[in-house]
Amino acid sequence: MSNLTAARTETAAALQARALPIVSAFLLGVFVVAAAGFVSIPAVHNAAHDQRHAIGFPCH
Amino acid sequence: MQLFRNIVFTAALVGLLAGLAMTAIQQFGTQPLIVKAEVVEQANAEKAAQPHDHAAAGQHDHAALTAQEQAAAAKADHHHDVDEWAPADGAERFIWTAIANVVAGVGFALLLVAASELKGGLTSWREGLLWGLAGFAVFTLAPSIGLPPEAPGVEGAALLDRQIWWVGTAVATAAGLALIAFARSPWAALAAVALIAAPHVIGAPKPPAPPAIPHDLEHGFVVAVIVTGFLFWAILGALAGFLRPRFADA
Repeated sequence: MSNLTAARTETAAALQARALPIVSAFLLGVFVVAAAGFVSIPAVHNAAHDQRHAIGFPCH
Repeated sequence: MQLFRNIVFTAALVGLLAGLAMTAIQQFGTQPLIVKAEVVEQANAEKAAQPHDHAAAGQHDHAALTAQEQAAAAKADHHHDVDEWAPADGAERFIWTAIANVVAGVGFALLLVAASELKGGLTSWREGLLWGLAGFAVFTLAPSIGLPPEAPGVEGAALLDRQIWWVGTAVATAAGLALIAFARSPWAALAAVALIAAPHVIGAPKPPAPPAIPHDLEHGFVVAVIVTGFLFWAILGALAGFLRPRFADA
Protein backbone atom coordinates (compact mmCIF):
# COMPACT_ATOMS: atom_id res chain seq x y z
CA MET A 1 0.00 0.00 0.00
CA SER A 2 2.70 2.44 1.00
CA ASN A 3 4.63 1.33 -2.06
CA LEU A 4 1.71 2.23 -4.26
CA THR A 5 1.40 5.65 -2.62
CA ALA A 6 5.11 6.21 -3.04
CA ALA A 7 4.91 5.22 -6.69
CA ARG A 8 2.01 7.59 -7.22
CA THR A 9 3.82 10.47 -5.57
CA GLU A 10 6.83 9.75 -7.71
CA THR A 11 4.76 9.73 -10.92
CA ALA A 12 3.07 12.97 -9.93
CA ALA A 13 6.43 14.56 -9.17
CA ALA A 14 7.86 13.34 -12.47
CA LEU A 15 4.87 14.71 -14.35
CA GLN A 16 5.24 18.03 -12.59
CA ALA A 17 8.91 18.18 -13.48
CA ARG A 18 7.97 17.50 -17.12
CA ALA A 19 5.11 19.98 -17.19
CA LEU A 20 7.21 23.15 -17.05
CA PRO A 21 9.49 22.44 -20.04
CA ILE A 22 6.56 21.07 -22.05
CA VAL A 23 4.36 24.09 -21.39
CA SER A 24 7.29 26.44 -22.10
CA ALA A 25 7.98 24.74 -25.43
CA PHE A 26 4.26 24.85 -26.30
CA LEU A 27 4.05 28.58 -25.53
CA LEU A 28 7.15 29.18 -27.64
CA GLY A 29 5.29 27.40 -30.45
CA VAL A 30 2.24 29.63 -30.00
CA PHE A 31 4.55 32.66 -30.20
CA VAL A 32 6.28 31.44 -33.37
CA VAL A 33 3.00 30.55 -35.14
CA ALA A 34 1.59 33.97 -34.18
CA ALA A 35 4.65 35.65 -35.71
CA ALA A 36 4.35 33.65 -38.94
CA GLY A 37 0.60 33.89 -39.35
CA PHE A 38 -0.99 36.68 -37.35
CA VAL A 39 1.28 39.71 -36.78
CA SER A 40 -0.04 42.56 -38.93
CA ILE A 41 3.10 44.76 -39.06
CA PRO A 42 3.20 45.61 -42.80
CA ALA A 43 6.77 44.39 -43.43
CA VAL A 44 6.07 41.07 -41.68
CA HIS A 45 2.77 40.75 -43.53
CA ASN A 46 4.39 41.38 -46.91
CA ALA A 47 7.28 39.00 -46.27
CA ALA A 48 4.93 36.24 -45.13
CA HIS A 49 2.17 37.14 -47.62
CA ASP A 50 2.30 34.10 -49.91
CA GLN A 51 2.87 31.74 -47.00
CA ARG A 52 -0.19 33.12 -45.17
CA HIS A 53 -2.40 32.67 -48.22
CA ALA A 54 -0.95 29.24 -48.94
CA ILE A 55 -1.45 27.92 -45.40
CA GLY A 56 -4.90 29.43 -45.11
CA PHE A 57 -4.20 31.94 -42.34
CA PRO A 58 -6.63 34.85 -42.45
CA CYS A 59 -4.77 37.47 -44.52
CA HIS A 60 -5.45 41.21 -45.19
CA MET B 1 15.92 21.80 -19.13
CA GLN B 2 16.95 18.63 -20.96
CA LEU B 3 13.37 18.02 -22.08
CA PHE B 4 12.86 21.61 -23.23
CA ARG B 5 16.07 21.42 -25.27
CA ASN B 6 15.03 18.10 -26.83
CA ILE B 7 11.61 19.45 -27.82
CA VAL B 8 13.08 22.62 -29.33
CA PHE B 9 15.83 20.77 -31.26
CA THR B 10 13.40 18.18 -32.60
CA ALA B 11 10.88 20.86 -33.57
CA ALA B 12 13.53 23.05 -35.21
CA LEU B 13 14.77 20.23 -37.43
CA VAL B 14 11.27 18.94 -38.20
CA GLY B 15 10.00 22.47 -38.93
CA LEU B 16 12.93 23.22 -41.22
CA LEU B 17 12.44 20.06 -43.27
CA ALA B 18 8.64 20.24 -43.37
CA GLY B 19 8.76 23.96 -44.23
CA LEU B 20 11.15 23.34 -47.12
CA ALA B 21 9.04 20.42 -48.36
CA MET B 22 5.95 22.63 -48.25
CA THR B 23 7.77 25.34 -50.19
CA ALA B 24 8.47 22.80 -52.93
CA ILE B 25 4.87 21.53 -52.96
CA GLN B 26 3.51 25.10 -53.11
CA GLN B 27 5.39 25.76 -56.32
CA PHE B 28 3.10 23.25 -58.05
CA GLY B 29 -0.05 23.88 -56.03
CA THR B 30 -0.84 27.26 -54.55
CA GLN B 31 1.84 29.57 -55.94
CA PRO B 32 0.75 29.62 -59.62
CA LEU B 33 -2.82 30.30 -58.43
CA ILE B 34 -1.70 33.16 -56.15
CA VAL B 35 0.09 34.77 -59.10
CA LYS B 36 -2.93 34.26 -61.37
CA ALA B 37 -5.32 35.66 -58.76
CA GLU B 38 -3.08 38.70 -58.27
CA VAL B 39 -3.27 39.49 -61.97
CA VAL B 40 -7.06 39.50 -61.72
CA GLU B 41 -6.91 41.50 -58.48
CA GLN B 42 -4.63 44.07 -60.08
CA ALA B 43 -6.89 44.36 -63.14
CA ASN B 44 -9.93 44.88 -60.90
CA ALA B 45 -8.11 47.55 -58.91
CA GLU B 46 -7.06 49.39 -62.07
CA LYS B 47 -10.58 49.26 -63.44
CA ALA B 48 -11.86 50.70 -60.17
CA ALA B 49 -9.26 53.47 -60.17
CA GLN B 50 -10.35 54.80 -63.58
CA PRO B 51 -12.49 57.97 -63.33
CA HIS B 52 -16.17 57.29 -63.93
CA ASP B 53 -18.39 59.36 -66.13
CA HIS B 54 -21.07 60.20 -63.64
CA ALA B 55 -23.37 61.78 -66.21
CA ALA B 56 -23.44 58.54 -68.18
CA ALA B 57 -23.96 56.59 -64.99
CA GLY B 58 -26.94 58.75 -64.18
CA GLN B 59 -29.49 56.13 -65.12
CA HIS B 60 -27.99 53.69 -62.60
CA ASP B 61 -28.71 53.66 -58.91
CA HIS B 62 -26.21 56.27 -57.79
CA ALA B 63 -25.99 55.13 -54.18
CA ALA B 64 -25.15 51.58 -55.22
CA LEU B 65 -22.51 52.83 -57.63
CA THR B 66 -20.86 54.93 -54.94
CA ALA B 67 -20.78 52.02 -52.52
CA GLN B 68 -19.23 49.88 -55.22
CA GLU B 69 -16.62 52.53 -55.91
CA GLN B 70 -15.76 52.80 -52.25
CA ALA B 71 -15.36 49.07 -51.92
CA ALA B 72 -13.16 48.97 -55.00
CA ALA B 73 -11.06 51.90 -53.80
CA ALA B 74 -10.64 50.30 -50.38
CA LYS B 75 -9.53 47.12 -52.08
CA ALA B 76 -7.13 48.97 -54.35
CA ASP B 77 -5.19 50.50 -51.46
CA HIS B 78 -5.52 47.78 -48.85
CA HIS B 79 -2.16 46.36 -49.74
CA HIS B 80 0.72 46.87 -52.15
CA ASP B 81 1.20 50.27 -50.55
CA VAL B 82 4.15 52.02 -52.17
CA ASP B 83 5.67 53.15 -48.85
CA GLU B 84 5.75 49.67 -47.35
CA TRP B 85 8.61 47.31 -47.90
CA ALA B 86 7.63 44.17 -49.79
CA PRO B 87 9.87 41.54 -51.31
CA ALA B 88 10.51 42.04 -55.03
CA ASP B 89 8.92 39.47 -57.34
CA GLY B 90 11.13 36.53 -58.22
CA ALA B 91 13.92 35.16 -56.05
CA GLU B 92 13.41 37.58 -53.15
CA ARG B 93 9.72 36.81 -52.85
CA PHE B 94 10.40 33.08 -53.09
CA ILE B 95 13.06 33.22 -50.36
CA TRP B 96 10.81 35.14 -47.96
CA THR B 97 8.01 32.68 -48.57
CA ALA B 98 10.39 29.80 -47.86
CA ILE B 99 11.56 31.50 -44.64
CA ALA B 100 7.96 32.14 -43.56
CA ASN B 101 7.11 28.50 -44.32
CA VAL B 102 10.02 27.30 -42.18
CA VAL B 103 9.04 29.64 -39.32
CA ALA B 104 5.44 28.39 -39.47
CA GLY B 105 6.75 24.81 -39.69
CA VAL B 106 8.91 25.24 -36.57
CA GLY B 107 5.99 26.81 -34.71
CA PHE B 108 3.58 24.02 -35.61
CA ALA B 109 6.25 21.39 -34.86
CA LEU B 110 6.77 22.93 -31.39
CA LEU B 111 3.03 22.65 -30.73
CA LEU B 112 2.86 19.05 -31.97
CA VAL B 113 6.00 17.78 -30.23
CA ALA B 114 5.22 19.56 -26.95
CA ALA B 115 1.62 18.29 -26.91
CA SER B 116 2.74 14.72 -27.65
CA GLU B 117 5.29 14.90 -24.79
CA LEU B 118 2.34 15.27 -22.40
CA LYS B 119 1.39 11.74 -23.47
CA GLY B 120 4.93 10.43 -22.98
CA GLY B 121 6.45 11.42 -26.31
CA LEU B 122 6.33 10.03 -29.84
CA THR B 123 7.89 6.61 -30.29
CA SER B 124 7.60 5.99 -34.04
CA TRP B 125 6.99 7.72 -37.35
CA ARG B 126 3.58 6.03 -37.53
CA GLU B 127 2.51 7.50 -34.19
CA GLY B 128 3.84 10.87 -35.37
CA LEU B 129 1.82 10.56 -38.56
CA LEU B 130 -1.38 10.15 -36.54
CA TRP B 131 -0.52 13.31 -34.55
CA GLY B 132 0.18 15.04 -37.86
CA LEU B 133 -3.27 14.08 -39.14
CA ALA B 134 -4.74 15.60 -35.97
CA GLY B 135 -2.73 18.76 -36.69
CA PHE B 136 -4.18 18.82 -40.22
CA ALA B 137 -7.71 18.52 -38.82
CA VAL B 138 -7.07 21.25 -36.24
CA PHE B 139 -5.16 23.85 -38.26
CA THR B 140 -6.22 23.26 -41.87
CA LEU B 141 -9.50 21.38 -42.13
CA ALA B 142 -11.57 22.87 -39.31
CA PRO B 143 -10.76 26.56 -39.97
CA SER B 144 -11.22 26.03 -43.74
CA ILE B 145 -14.83 24.90 -43.29
CA GLY B 146 -15.96 28.34 -42.16
CA LEU B 147 -13.14 30.41 -43.64
CA PRO B 148 -12.13 28.85 -46.97
CA PRO B 149 -8.51 29.80 -47.74
CA GLU B 150 -8.60 33.10 -49.62
CA ALA B 151 -6.70 33.67 -52.83
CA PRO B 152 -5.58 37.29 -53.30
CA GLY B 153 -8.60 39.30 -54.46
CA VAL B 154 -11.06 37.34 -52.34
CA GLU B 155 -12.34 39.83 -49.81
CA GLY B 156 -13.04 38.53 -46.30
CA ALA B 157 -14.75 39.95 -43.22
CA ALA B 158 -12.79 42.18 -40.80
CA LEU B 159 -9.34 40.62 -40.29
CA LEU B 160 -9.45 40.54 -36.48
CA ASP B 161 -12.86 38.82 -36.45
CA ARG B 162 -11.56 36.15 -38.82
CA GLN B 163 -8.37 35.66 -36.78
CA ILE B 164 -10.38 35.24 -33.58
CA TRP B 165 -12.70 32.71 -35.21
CA TRP B 166 -9.75 30.86 -36.77
CA VAL B 167 -7.90 30.55 -33.45
CA GLY B 168 -11.09 29.68 -31.54
CA THR B 169 -11.94 26.94 -34.05
CA ALA B 170 -8.43 25.47 -33.87
CA VAL B 171 -8.48 25.45 -30.05
CA ALA B 172 -11.97 23.91 -29.85
CA THR B 173 -11.10 21.24 -32.44
CA ALA B 174 -7.83 20.38 -30.67
CA ALA B 175 -9.59 20.10 -27.30
CA GLY B 176 -12.32 17.95 -28.87
CA LEU B 177 -9.87 15.58 -30.56
CA ALA B 178 -7.84 15.27 -27.32
CA LEU B 179 -11.00 14.35 -25.40
CA ILE B 180 -11.92 11.72 -28.00
CA ALA B 181 -8.43 10.23 -28.04
CA PHE B 182 -7.55 10.30 -24.34
CA ALA B 183 -10.68 10.50 -22.19
CA ARG B 184 -12.62 7.32 -21.47
CA SER B 185 -16.07 8.50 -20.41
CA PRO B 186 -18.92 8.70 -22.95
CA TRP B 187 -19.73 12.16 -21.57
CA ALA B 188 -16.28 13.30 -22.59
CA ALA B 189 -16.92 12.04 -26.12
CA LEU B 190 -20.22 13.91 -26.16
CA ALA B 191 -18.51 17.09 -24.97
CA ALA B 192 -15.84 16.56 -27.64
CA VAL B 193 -18.39 16.36 -30.45
CA ALA B 194 -20.09 19.50 -29.14
CA LEU B 195 -16.75 21.33 -28.94
CA ILE B 196 -15.80 20.43 -32.50
CA ALA B 197 -19.22 21.42 -33.88
CA ALA B 198 -19.62 24.62 -31.82
CA PRO B 199 -17.55 27.05 -33.94
CA HIS B 200 -19.51 26.06 -37.05
CA VAL B 201 -22.85 26.41 -35.27
CA ILE B 202 -21.77 29.89 -34.14
CA GLY B 203 -20.59 30.53 -37.70
CA ALA B 204 -17.54 32.24 -39.17
CA PRO B 205 -17.52 35.98 -39.92
CA LYS B 206 -19.10 36.47 -43.34
CA PRO B 207 -17.37 38.22 -46.25
CA PRO B 208 -18.97 41.55 -47.28
CA ALA B 209 -18.96 40.75 -51.01
CA PRO B 210 -18.72 37.72 -53.30
CA PRO B 211 -15.18 36.89 -54.52
CA ALA B 212 -13.87 39.24 -57.19
CA ILE B 213 -11.99 36.45 -58.99
CA PRO B 214 -13.38 33.66 -61.22
CA HIS B 215 -15.05 30.80 -59.35
CA ASP B 216 -12.71 28.16 -60.84
CA LEU B 217 -9.69 30.02 -59.56
CA GLU B 218 -11.21 30.58 -56.12
CA HIS B 219 -12.23 26.93 -55.76
CA GLY B 220 -8.96 25.61 -57.17
CA PHE B 221 -7.10 27.64 -54.58
CA VAL B 222 -9.13 26.22 -51.69
CA VAL B 223 -8.40 22.68 -52.88
CA ALA B 224 -4.70 23.42 -53.39
CA VAL B 225 -4.31 24.88 -49.88
CA ILE B 226 -6.07 21.98 -48.19
CA VAL B 227 -4.12 19.30 -50.08
CA THR B 228 -0.83 21.16 -49.48
CA GLY B 229 -1.77 21.39 -45.79
CA PHE B 230 -2.45 17.66 -45.70
CA LEU B 231 0.96 16.81 -47.17
CA PHE B 232 2.69 19.35 -44.90
CA TRP B 233 1.13 17.89 -41.73
CA ALA B 234 1.74 14.29 -42.80
CA ILE B 235 5.44 15.09 -43.39
CA LEU B 236 5.71 17.13 -40.20
CA GLY B 237 4.09 14.46 -38.01
CA ALA B 238 5.96 11.49 -39.48
CA LEU B 239 9.31 13.34 -39.24
CA ALA B 240 8.61 14.32 -35.63
CA GLY B 241 7.81 10.71 -34.78
CA PHE B 242 10.91 9.49 -36.57
CA LEU B 243 13.32 12.05 -35.05
CA ARG B 244 12.04 12.41 -31.49
CA PRO B 245 13.31 9.04 -30.15
CA ARG B 246 16.76 9.87 -31.59
CA PHE B 247 16.88 13.18 -29.71
CA ALA B 248 15.48 11.67 -26.51
CA ASP B 249 18.33 9.10 -26.40
CA ALA B 250 21.04 11.67 -26.98
